[in-house]
Amino acid sequence: MEAFWIILVGSLIAVSCAILGSYLILRKMAMVGDAISHAVLPGIVIAYLLSGSRETLPMLLGAAFLGVLTTILIELFYKKARLQIDASIGITFTWLFAIGIILISLFAGQVDLDQDCVLYGEIAYVPLDLWVTESGYNMGPRTVWIASGLLLLIVLFIWKGYKGLFITTFNEEFAKALGIGVAFWHYALMGAVSLTTVVSFESVGAILVVALLIVPPATAYLITTNLKKMLVLASIFGILSAFGGYYLAAAINGSIAGAMATVAGILFGIVWVAILMQKRRPSKTAINYLD
Amino acid sequence: MNSTFQFISFSDPNVLFVVLGTMILGASAAIVGCFSFLRKRALVGDAIAHSILPGVCLAFMVSGSKNPFYLIIGAFITGWLSLLLIDGITRTTKIKSDTAIGIILSVFFGVGILLLTSIQHSGNAAQAGLDKFLFGKAASLTKDDIYVFSSIAIVLVIVVVLFYKEFKLISFNPDYAKVIGLPVRFLEFLLATITVLAVAVGIQAVGVVLMAALLITPASGARFWTDKLSTMILIATLFGAASGFLGSYISYIAPAMPTGPWIVMCLSLLTIGSIWFAPKTGMLSKFRVQKENNRKILIENVLKLFYHLGERTNGFKDERSTTALLETRDLRIKELQRGLNLLKQSHWVRKKGENWVITESGLTEAKRIIKLHRLWEMYLNQRLKLQPDHVHNDAEAIEHIITPQLEIELEKELNYPTKDPHESIIPYNE
Repeated sequence: MEAFWIILVGSLIAVSCAILGSYLILRKMAMVGDAISHAVLPGIVIAYLLSGSRETLPMLLGAAFLGVLTTILIELFYKKARLQIDASIGITFTWLFAIGIILISLFAGQVDLDQDCVLYGEIAYVPLDLWVTESGYNMGPRTVWIASGLLLLIVLFIWKGYKGLFITTFNEEFAKALGIGVAFWHYALMGAVSLTTVVSFESVGAILVVALLIVPPATAYLITTNLKKMLVLASIFGILSAFGGYYLAAAINGSIAGAMATVAGILFGIVWVAILMQKRRPSKTAINYLD
Repeated sequence: MNSTFQFISFSDPNVLFVVLGTMILGASAAIVGCFSFLRKRALVGDAIAHSILPGVCLAFMVSGSKNPFYLIIGAFITGWLSLLLIDGITRTTKIKSDTAIGIILSVFFGVGILLLTSIQHSGNAAQAGLDKFLFGKAASLTKDDIYVFSSIAIVLVIVVVLFYKEFKLISFNPDYAKVIGLPVRFLEFLLATITVLAVAVGIQAVGVVLMAALLITPASGARFWTDKLSTMILIATLFGAASGFLGSYISYIAPAMPTGPWIVMCLSLLTIGSIWFAPKTGMLSKFRVQKENNRKILIENVLKLFYHLGERTNGFKDERSTTALLETRDLRIKELQRGLNLLKQSHWVRKKGENWVITESGLTEAKRIIKLHRLWEMYLNQRLKLQPDHVHNDAEAIEHIITPQLEIELEKELNYPTKDPHESIIPYNE
């Protein structure tokens, strides 16, 4: 049963990440996703301090706020101060992450978060944290419910906003000309990424959520150019990573989150090599033909 | 205060090691980081830093010891591998470089975490402290560490000094470097190698996650103070060393505070301070210039309203109500009010009851702007052969910018015309 819950949570998060990550990659914002996942840390710590507990809602708000603040800071440095984009991203997230770690050390007595947990979470504890209703009925692990809620929210967001996201992703100028709120979709997507990061935070950690955001969609991107197919393939690669990760971690007794990222990387590697081989073959036949 | 004195006097040799160590690491990363920054490869440094974790773990698994020399070799190998893979992905697929960086960064880090936790769970007693690579171990630097890091830092500085000109050229203009026959591939290889080395030693101080800051934050801050590479490297080095010093000071007086994040905090504050306050290029001074320009444009536009009305009614010094002034131009009432008040301060308009009157000096100024506008329209029409109905918008913008020298040139070039392309009279001040 434990394996089932862990793989289920891993898959739910992986699919949420895969969907959002596909848009991040297509918008050439992969590293902004990386930056947000680091930068939500102070938001989570402050929410923790203010609410005094590990309640989900304050953390979501704190993280969403920091996520949007991160994008605003990056744009401020990039557009107003004319600092190049990679440096703007690098400065912003390292600074916010450092603030987060400092806050954790400062309030170590009050905040039940440790530095390692920040980096790679602990999905193995998921089955232990059960949601028991007041009447004493066992609803299963709490995280499963939160992760399902997140996935539902993201699927709704993509479904309802499909057109807006599609146009602003592929043709920003055209979207502007049509009077579509480019900024709105931008910040809505960033807010969704922040939410996903914070929900994934306890289970896979702030850093490894990046692997789930970027790697499965990138693998799908190698195979297809159709957005809908990419979303489906990315989700499948995400679920495969969750499965493979669980068993790999069990085999060498390591972090499940780390193993999930490793499997996602292996999948990417396999697809990449397969595509390279395929590319090489036709060129050979072409040469033979010329002979 | 007492602890401050103890810190500065280095009465405790461990303090000396920590301070020296963090300063050396901060400075050497800053020097190399300047080139990463200029070559727009700031985030590649982040990828190298994350990729070093599996290397360190593998080196430990193979050698069974935490000898810094072995660990750096392991770090060096996976750091380099990450660079090659990023390059390979961007070259052979349609994936863009930022996505490639993200893939390598997160996967290598995931592998590192997997190996690290696996080692930790294996119960090997020698592994204790390996996790210091995540957040750095500045506070526990030893004499041996200092020897290893300073020798590497010295090598880095020597390489940068020897190849300074070449690195400068491939940072600013790699194509030109290729054309004049420099071995660009070799130089890039060399630069990448010293970057990997700087990252490998730098993570000792701040850890894998924050290493990118040590590399690029000082360079970004220094960029705001100078356009000269040598000065920039010097300032970045100072930022790096100063932050190392401050970070170790803070964790000395408050031992619960982590050194690495505080070093990054100091660096970030120095850099964000530079971004805001640096003269000329800083954001504040840019805002000031922008505000000044907006003020000038508003004043000049309001003065023009008086002139246009005067031209129409043939009485430049007639009283004008705000509604009359608003009729000639699409301007918000608040803006007009602000412009009028600014003009009053310069004694270019007077208030008469509810109405406004332009003064003699105000009229002179208005004539100057109108003249510039119409001269420019004339210039576009005659020299660039633009149709008269296409010249207004351009003139509207340039009238605020034309300098007195350019004004004289224009007058001469057009031979003091009396009318613009719309047959309006060009006013000259005697």
